[in-house]
Amino acid sequence: MLNYIWAIIIIGSIICSFFTGNTTALGESILSSANEAVELIISMTGILCLWSGIMEIGERSGITKAVAKLLSPILTRLFPTLDKNGKAYRAICMNVTANLLGLGNAATPLGLKAMKALEEESVLAKETHTADKNMIMFIILNTTSFQLMPTMIISILQSNGCTSPSAVIPYIWAASVAGIIVGIVSVNLFYKRKAGSDVF
Amino acid sequence: MFSDYIIPGIMLIIIVYALIKGTPVFSAFTDGAKEGLKNMYAIAPSLIGLVTAVGMLKASGAADLITTLAEPITSLLGIPKETAPFFLLKPVSGSGSFAMLNSIIEEHGADSLIAKAAAVMTGSTETTFYCIAVYFGATKIKKTGCTIPCAMLADFASMLTACLAVVYHIF
Repeated sequence: MLNYIWAIIIIGSIICSFFTGNTTALGESILSSANEAVELIISMTGILCLWSGIMEIGERSGITKAVAKLLSPILTRLFPTLDKNGKAYRAICMNVTANLLGLGNAATPLGLKAMKALEEESVLAKETHTADKNMIMFIILNTTSFQLMPTMIISILQSNGCTSPSAVIPYIWAASVAGIIVGIVSVNLFYKRKAGSDVF
Repeated sequence: MFSDYIIPGIMLIIIVYALIKGTPVFSAFTDGAKEGLKNMYAIAPSLIGLVTAVGMLKASGAADLITTLAEPITSLLGIPKETAPFFLLKPVSGSGSFAMLNSIIEEHGADSLIAKAAAVMTGSTETTFYCIAVYFGATKIKKTGCTIPCAMLADFASMLTACLAVVYHIF
């Protein structure tokens, strides 16, 4: 998909510049953007590495498991039909925790494991290749992504001389939570409308 | 301010917990930092491509065109019109919206309201379509049911909340 998006942005910009007369500015931007990207990457590398290091300490000390235990009361409510001792539930707990702590590298493999386990535990998914409610709920939790420490955002603000980069953190939390709530409510409403055909 | 305590607080909890559990903290740190370096290396090529594309979008006037076209909607919602491209870009490309955030910060300054709103929008959701594609790709699921509409609704709610929360300074 990115193939098309990238091509459309570039071709669209070039065509647009013919109409707006910004061809000189466009030429300059092509020449300077690549350097600008490298400067951006270099200026962000320090703080990103620092946080990867801190989070690695957390992962090795087993804090992921401790946080997963704290999240368990919320997750049992979101996945009421799931076996609490099953493979899927455990993978979901670990994936949500890894996302929360910003361990992107750990979160994706755990998420894939959770999806496979959810498929195995669901008759609907296995027989009709249709996503069931638990799967959809799990994907919503991942697409809205609640992250305790939004490293990339902090580092880009920091490297551009923002006076208090950490001030955005509570806003990011609030916006993520709003997304999660709307996601959960809309999934539940969808299944309520389908009433009777699914365990609610 | 409360937010000043978040970063040192998280560091403190992680390091103290690790010491209690007997984890060798510094070697874990350096391994993790090396991993971070690898990640930066991995995202650099796509960032170079997308920063260029977004730079062109801005310089050609196409970005202004989008924000002008979206103005009736953004003003109805009470959010800055410069945030409009994020609603289109964020669900499909993480690096793309990051590149867009970079250009907004450069244009308006890192302390501006617009940059802050854009930063919160970029940070509060994942790249939804990528996530859905990868996760269902691991299974044999063909019918995704209400996944896409519900995920889009959640994304929209996140980004709208992000804008409104920043505009009205709720914290």
